[in-house]
Amino acid sequence: MKMHGRVIRQGQAEGEALVSQQPIGFFGGVDAETGLIVESGHELEGESISGRILVFPRGKGSTVGSYTLYRLRRKGLAPAGIINAQSEAIVAVGAIIADIPTVDCIDVGQISTGDMVSIQGALVEVCQPGASL
Amino acid sequence: MRLNDEERAILSGREGPAAQKALEIVAALGEIYRAEDLIPVVSAQVAGVSYGNLGEAGLEFLRAWADEGARVVVPTTLNPAGMDLQAWRELGIPEEYARRQLEVVEVYRTMGITISCSCTPYLAGNLPGFGHHIAWSESSAVSYANSVLGARTNREGGPSALAAAITGRTARYGLHLDHNRQGHLVVEVGCPLGSPADFSALGYMVGQMATDRVPYLRLNSGPEPGLDELKALGAAMAASGAVALYHVEGLTPEARSHNMLASGATVINIDSLDESYQALDGTSQDIDLVWIGCPHASLAEIEHTADLLAGAQIEAELWVTTARDVLETASAKGLTGRIEACAGRVVADACLVGAPLGEMGFRNIATNSTKGAFYLRNHSHLQVRFGSLAQCVEAATRGRWPA
Repeated sequence: MKMHGRVIRQGQAEGEALVSQQPIGFFGGVDAETGLIVESGHELEGESISGRILVFPRGKGSTVGSYTLYRLRRKGLAPAGIINAQSEAIVAVGAIIADIPTVDCIDVGQISTGDMVSIQGALVEVCQPGASL
Repeated sequence: MRLNDEERAILSGREGPAAQKALEIVAALGEIYRAEDLIPVVSAQVAGVSYGNLGEAGLEFLRAWADEGARVVVPTTLNPAGMDLQAWRELGIPEEYARRQLEVVEVYRTMGITISCSCTPYLAGNLPGFGHHIAWSESSAVSYANSVLGARTNREGGPSALAAAITGRTARYGLHLDHNRQGHLVVEVGCPLGSPADFSALGYMVGQMATDRVPYLRLNSGPEPGLDELKALGAAMAASGAVALYHVEGLTPEARSHNMLASGATVINIDSLDESYQALDGTSQDIDLVWIGCPHASLAEIEHTADLLAGAQIEAELWVTTARDVLETASAKGLTGRIEACAGRVVADACLVGAPLGEMGFRNIATNSTKGAFYLRNHSHLQVRFGSLAQCVEAATRGRWPA
């Protein structure tokens, strides 16, 4: 399946999708030292975002959350790419300063955790497990 | 989005990597919010200062950006830190926290930012005029600038305000545009409003109802609010909702000079503030810290606190947080001395929300700010009482919340 979105941060990335139906708050919601989602009660609590294509509707919470993405990049723990329904300032700034390929205006309901996903600029390609590319 | 020649040159790296990154951020936000172009700003206010909120991640990024040559090109002030930058030892701030906090401030100083460390930059020398475009973060200051001063800013985040300060530009969208400044929610206020705490309680309710609409208030009872009341009102709305602009009919500058009421606006009535008081006022009887100055206290509020203390020795700790400029004026007028003579403190630079209060052993806090109460309640170890300045000062002198 191919989808076209809008480029927030230009780049190419490939990896296994980690999908959240809920918004993600990076400041306080993601541990900058481990890449684990730590927000209590979040549907992805305990999951690692490192190296994944992180798929979620939009960011939330404190704007200093952008710096969490930068910190994760420096420690080699950043997501490989980000796909949003609607990026906002926290995700956009974080994607730019951490240089994480990011696309928005995507129907994130079409992607499931475990799918193999590639991002090439505005193009998102999704391959369900078991299906051939 | 259109960029002019100079902006395209910065984006291509002509002014170095730091300015390039800053313009990438400003331009990306312009694309997201479908701005037509960028506009020059006359000042910026940068949040993301308290080490408790910024963390090691933020410090690391800011240091790298400063090392790349990031420097602000418009007058830029700074949000509060997690401590008084000079008197932190006397306040019992842990040494390691203090060291990291001072490093954060030094990085901002390297960027050319004025180390004002206040959420009331408009009381500390950063005072934009009517119609001026600015790029401010700190939701209460954004509200004051838009509503009380008639300047124009969106609710910038810390990083985006800093990017605007480095480029001298922000994207033209949202509250920079006339048509987004119209009131879409008429709030008919029937109950009398006394203290600034009442205005804070009102703002808390309005913020919850407003969602993303601009409130247009009619205050149908009681005397006209002063600047301190408007400061409290806006701060509360910005904390409980995402309100960045409100109008008060016949009072705030845009509502005096233009019809700011959109046709077809929804009307709501508020005839009691009980809901706010009940939501934010806890039940603890013992009080070990009283906090006045959220947003940072004005000179008049410091004077009022000193008057209410009237020389009485306090049982709980009393901290009045304010901008350093205001502290210096208060000291020159003898107000700080009067509060200190009662064993209270006037604290500059700091916001208690970012301070290590739990580590310092505080458990029960009283404040006259709904914004302060709202955020302190999120600290799991703290119990919060909310009431008027008079109640708070009485709580300080008795060490117990007044019956």
